[in-house]
Amino acid sequence: MAEIKEMKQVLFGPVLNNNPIALQVLGVCSALAITTKLETALVMSLALTTVCAFSNLFISLIRKQIPSSVRIIIQMTIIASLVIVVDQVLKAYSYEISKQLSVFVGLIITNCIVMGRAEAYAMKSPPFMSFLDGLGNGIGYSVVLIIIGTIKELFGFGTLLGFEILPLVQDGGWYQGNGLLILPFSSFFLIGGLIWVIRTIRPAQVEPKG
Amino acid sequence: MSAKKETLGKTVGVVVAVCLVCSIIVSSAAVGLRDLQETNAAIDKQSNIVEAAGLIDFAAGDISGTFNKYIEERFINLETGEYVDEPKDGYDMYKEAKNPKFSVEVANSNVGFKQRASIANIYLVKDDAGKVTRLVLPVHGSGLWDLMYGLLAIDADGNTVRELIYYQHKETPGLGGEIQNPSWKAKWDGKKLFNDGKVAIEVNKGDNSNDQYAVDALSGATLTSNGVQNTLTYWASENGFGPYLKTQTWKS
Repeated sequence: MAEIKEMKQVLFGPVLNNNPIALQVLGVCSALAITTKLETALVMSLALTTVCAFSNLFISLIRKQIPSSVRIIIQMTIIASLVIVVDQVLKAYSYEISKQLSVFVGLIITNCIVMGRAEAYAMKSPPFMSFLDGLGNGIGYSVVLIIIGTIKELFGFGTLLGFEILPLVQDGGWYQGNGLLILPFSSFFLIGGLIWVIRTIRPAQVEPKG
Repeated sequence: MSAKKETLGKTVGVVVAVCLVCSIIVSSAAVGLRDLQETNAAIDKQSNIVEAAGLIDFAAGDISGTFNKYIEERFINLETGEYVDEPKDGYDMYKEAKNPKFSVEVANSNVGFKQRASIANIYLVKDDAGKVTRLVLPVHGSGLWDLMYGLLAIDADGNTVRELIYYQHKETPGLGGEIQNPSWKAKWDGKKLFNDGKVAIEVNKGDNSNDQYAVDALSGATLTSNGVQNTLTYWASENGFGPYLKTQTWKS
């Protein structure tokens, strides 16, 4: 069953072998900014995965009609529309979280992962495979966000999803929260460390020297 | 990429079609979800006020019910401290701060904004008998990064602080962001704004648990703490709610 194998490859390849953040180093700005709490990281992952999967699907559906001279603009139009819909849905059903994510949902429009997959894959692949590819890349992005979000929330605030795991000194516990991890730029170190780990496991991902 | 799809007519046609479909989807999402979003925003605002009123546990999830039953919105002229009628439907003092009709210049203050509205929205908290038990006053002022918006809840004596709730700010999480930490917020309970009619409340270093005019500053967030101090000093003064608090009109 070559087809099933290919589908698996398209869906799960981006998680470790071809991770959009760790290998391609795309979409890093949102990964830096909204991973302070695991909850926002989860919602952001969900939003990006939805947008990425459906933009791939729709672009692939009309790929034969898209004139190549204006293809980027058409991709952007579709992506932007999806992002606005996601933003509106979040505001309607998850107001608190949409307030915390603020501008970053809107910035999915400029997220290179979405655009990159649309241009690199959906423009030349059939709809279902494109959908899987979008889903897979969304999951790859999500995995990184969830790992970073877990580390930052656990060691920065001593909580996970708002539940206390390590009782903080301020609240009478023993754990002194790591202030560095609360700030957005600590994700740089964490993502860097993650890339290091992945490339140690998979040396094939190391860029050739020289 | 066949040459066929590069004709001008087709390019324009595809672009128009895509735009049309997308705009229909976007506008139907926006229109279809608007009611829910507006309800959310209103509940969000009400829940801050209910929290400042000290009724959040009592409300047990029924924010609008509690709000409608125990809280009354009033409008006061800040200069005279007297009640006025609602200037216009949905009046919001933050939106009208730059409207020439309501705008007042702020001079000689480090509170961090240049204009404020002449009329403020305030909230009276009543008990079952209809007697005013708390006043919820909107306060805002500059923090380290941006304006911080909060609600100051004081007792019916017009002096004793019960809550100081910041609901919108951009302070650094973990440092200035601790203005939202429950254990810091709890320190405000019972503090006094005025001593002999003068604004006396202070945010300063040290253990102030016995000082009824001072609250511990936040460690690592001096500028945020100063911002809180400036905000309260301004809003409790003659320029803010001072005249209103002197009238004590809510008692009658």
